[in-house]
This record gives sequence, structure tokens and C-alpha cells, in this order.
Amino acid sequence: MTAKEIIEILDAEIICRDDLLDTELHTACGSDMMSDVLAFVKEQAVLLTGLVNPQVVRTAEMMDMHCIVFVRGKRPNIDMIHLAEDRDMIMLCTKLEMFTACGKLYEAGLRGGSGK
Amino acid sequence: MESIKLHYDISATDFTRAGAASGDVKRVLKELGVAPATIRNVAVAMYEGEINMVIHAGGGEIDVEITEDAIQMILTDHGPGIENVELAMKEGYSTAPDNIRCLGFGAGMGLPNIKKYSDEFRIDTELGVGTTLTLKVYMS
Repeated sequence: MTAKEIIEILDAEIICRDDLLDTELHTACGSDMMSDVLAFVKEQAVLLTGLVNPQVVRTAEMMDMHCIVFVRGKRPNIDMIHLAEDRDMIMLCTKLEMFTACGKLYEAGLRGGSGK
Repeated sequence: MESIKLHYDISATDFTRAGAASGDVKRVLKELGVAPATIRNVAVAMYEGEINMVIHAGGGEIDVEITEDAIQMILTDHGPGIENVELAMKEGYSTAPDNIRCLGFGAGMGLPNIKKYSDEFRIDTELGVGTTLTLKVYMS
């Protein structure tokens, strides 16, 4: 699935790096706890979260993730956007709640990865 | 290859900066052509350590040494020390305050994560003096 398809499925808004929307993304995880993301995620490309602080971008960076989707209409601040832009990370924003957003993506074929 | 040494002072005053040192090490390892899985192990272990320093210890220092065989990280802080290391190593045990949980950390996964992603893990701690973590990730 491409980031472009994720935008359609979640009716999402692009926050940054619209030049990377053809990136193929095969796996995802949804969490508001960054320690859990760091503990259980492997080879995952998309992070869905309702948490808004720079550590979301740092966590995604450490895990080599390519796309962050903010759920429940949450919006990153300008510092977070700059951090993501520098790290070639796509940022999207959807009004959907976490459960619904994850469910829609799963239904469309996006899967979770296995933990280490 | 000659060893590469990197030093970072970790400030506790700015939570938004936490992780900058780990991100820098990640970039250096990438430039050196180190295997992605090895880089991730180093990045996650060091990042959790950095976050711990900011949350619990009022900052500290990290020394990284990259050699042909491994990446060694020594994380030193002068915080309160860990009262019960066995408990602190247990997944889900945390002494982090609620405001840290609101930031997405404090789930009691820090030290267990660090151990999980390191090939060698050593913790030296003394109450009222501080904590030193010595970590090694082997080149794969």
C-alpha cells in the first residue's frame, strides 16, 4: 500500500513530505506509548498515534519508520514537522479514532509486524 | 578500521531534545555502512537510555566507541541511583511520574528494552551517586 492510498482510506490530510507519497508501506502499529513501540515493533513502516510531542518523531526515527499518522484530529507543532521533514518522514492527520483508523487500514491489507 | 569515539552531554532541561544524540549516532553508523539491524539495536538501546537520563537522573553523559567488532555505549548519570535493580529490570515496573506517562514513556519498558537490544548489558548503580550503563551491540 502506498501513502497515497492511506490518505484515501483514512480521509487524511497531508502535513509534510508530499513528495514521498508513492512510498510503499506494508506494516504498521498503533500506540500512544512510545516505549511499547520501541519494545514490540519490528520492520514497521507506519506509526498511528494520538500522542503529540517530538518524541513521537524520534521514536519513529529510531525504528526506521517512514510515516506517522496522527489520529483523533491531533496535529503536530511546527518543530515536530521540521524534525519529520529532515528525516524524510511523511506526516498525515486523520479525524478518525485510533481503533477505526487501524481497522480500516487492516481491512485494506496493511498488517502489523512481529516483535523481536 | 580505527575506532571512532563520540561524546554527548545530555541535558535534562529540554525533553524535546532527548533522542538527538541517539539520532546522531544512528546517522554516523549509517554513513559507515553498518547493517541496518545493528543500527536499530544501537539506536533503540541508546534512545531509551537517553530518555531515562532525562526522566530520572537530571541528564548525564554518553560515550560511544565504534570499533570493527562492536559499538560500545557508556551512559553515565549522577542521579539518585536505582534502589532495586531487579524490580527496575522487570517489564511494566516504573517509578516515572504521571506527567512522563503523558509524554508516551514511563511504561516500565526502558531498562528491559535496553537489555533486549544490547548484546552485552551491565548496570552499576549506587544510591545518591548515580547509575552507569555499559552496553555493547556486536557488528552483525
